[in-house]
Amino acid sequence: MAETTTHVAEPTRRDFLYIATGAAAAIGGATLVWPFVQSLAPDAATVAAGAPVEVDLTPIAEGQIVKVFWRGRLIFIRHRTPDEIKAAADVNVASLRDPQPDAVRVKDGKPQWLVVYGNCTHLGCVPLGNSGEYNGWFCPCHGSVFDTSGRVRGGPAPTNLPIPPYAFASDTKVIIGQEATA
Amino acid sequence: MSQHSTTYVPKSAFGQWFESRLPVAGLVHSSFVAFPVPRNLTYFWTFGAILAFMLVAQIVTGVFLAMYYTPNAAMAFQSVEHIMRDVNYGWLIRYLHANGASMFFIAVYIHIFRNFYYGSYKAPREVLYILGVIIFILMMATAFMGYVLPWGQMSFWGATVITNLFSAIPLVGETIVSYLWGGYSVGNPTLNRFFSLHYLLPFMIAGVVALHIWALHVPGQNNPTGIPIKSGKDAVPFTPYATIKDIFAVVVFLIFFAYWVFYMPNYLGHADNYIPANPAVTPAHIVPEWYFLPFYAILRAIPDKLGGVIAMFAAIVIWVFMPWLDTSKVRSTAYRPTYKFFFWVFVAVCLVLGWLGSRPAEGWYVIASQICTVYYFAHFLIVLPVLGFVERPLPLPNSILESVMGVQKGGAGMPVGASAEPQSKG
Repeated sequence: MAETTTHVAEPTRRDFLYIATGAAAAIGGATLVWPFVQSLAPDAATVAAGAPVEVDLTPIAEGQIVKVFWRGRLIFIRHRTPDEIKAAADVNVASLRDPQPDAVRVKDGKPQWLVVYGNCTHLGCVPLGNSGEYNGWFCPCHGSVFDTSGRVRGGPAPTNLPIPPYAFASDTKVIIGQEATA
Repeated sequence: MSQHSTTYVPKSAFGQWFESRLPVAGLVHSSFVAFPVPRNLTYFWTFGAILAFMLVAQIVTGVFLAMYYTPNAAMAFQSVEHIMRDVNYGWLIRYLHANGASMFFIAVYIHIFRNFYYGSYKAPREVLYILGVIIFILMMATAFMGYVLPWGQMSFWGATVITNLFSAIPLVGETIVSYLWGGYSVGNPTLNRFFSLHYLLPFMIAGVVALHIWALHVPGQNNPTGIPIKSGKDAVPFTPYATIKDIFAVVVFLIFFAYWVFYMPNYLGHADNYIPANPAVTPAHIVPEWYFLPFYAILRAIPDKLGGVIAMFAAIVIWVFMPWLDTSKVRSTAYRPTYKFFFWVFVAVCLVLGWLGSRPAEGWYVIASQICTVYYFAHFLIVLPVLGFVERPLPLPNSILESVMGVQKGGAGMPVGASAEPQSKG
């Protein structure tokens, strides 16, 4: 093996060993990257703490907005008045930037309860409740306006305030983080 | 560090014994003592030394701060106040570190625009220049993560806004963001990893700086004329000429630095960052640190979220292509009358972008940001390539010596004794 010829036309056993060694090192190295990258993902404790949370709706008076946290993210629970529900429903949906009828943003038969994420869809600021042109929310950072359905009506926000997954456990209790069954 | 091998021989017997085993003294001698430096360098060429000093200063102050700081979301804010109130001279070390970041960026921006003005990025210094762009990007990442550590309101919301930029990436954006956060929102895992990376990145910067200096010592420094050293008379030895000049510039810069630290230490920060982070309330007006403002203005100028993110990153990445976008054969803007005008327009546009980044994104500010953003990119994509073909540059001097001493009558040589042989004084 120590003697090498200058006119090798076909691969030698040494070429095979080089490629096999290189491939083993490359595969081994790439495999070892996996646990390090995965360690960056939300860990078990964070995932456990991200379990669904129950919220009792009884103390929330009509017209009131309550802030709760789920997975470290702010959520508004708004007990809407009949006027606010009517204002949200009486909108030409086609004229909206992010067209969505009010009915798909609340649960069937529970139009008084609006549950939305509390960070502006522009750059994540917290909008102020019961303010702005539509008396929904107004973001003090860059002037986005949301209506009583949490839909964007003005300013730089690209989309409506998103709806977190949630379900009613009873008439007075919601479970945030859990999709409605059936 | 360079191929300029010298005949350096240590004087002492121990020095010779050591040099034959580890030739580090010879490396220093050839790089920072005997190294030929153009004789016409101005004080704009001292910012490399100022930046090297600032990097060391940031690492030293940072290592000490890390002894007293607690990277935990529940305790970080209190530990910073502990540094300010209880730790002996903690206030000084923290103010040096916080203002040091701003001083670092002031120096790097002067360094970058000096490079733009004198065409230092052109051949044969492209790799040297691209290493510089990499250092700048690492600096931005380091500074951003450092600003998160005090865990004040601006830390928290700045981190939220900037990490959310990555959610604009189609399909994998949300996953990437949750891997950045280590959770479902900015929280304790985010603070932990930012602290780890904030400690790591300066040493990576130091590594790239070593490559940057290595790459500098291959072609040598550019100079205000942009023409290379052609003879020994064009150059002076690094020591003492550049050494003393660099030290003097660092001292003057330190006076400027000290003024901020001792007289207005919080001027460059935000009052909101003395309020503990609160995910339920946002500051009325989220603004990044001043050195990010031009890029922040570009981000907000684009009405589309993904488009804004792409434009912001492109604004820096486009620098990498400058050596090939600039078609002019002449390096120094001093000999490019038309480009000189466009250069200063570009400087003005960058400053206006910075100011616009500090304004709320509404009304005519948005339109002005959009106009400036378009011009910013047009400078690289239209002005630089086209001017090289249409501009008529001024005549270049025959040598660096001629540019300094004037054209000598009666031939190329200088009168004997008119100029001392500088090398002999090294």
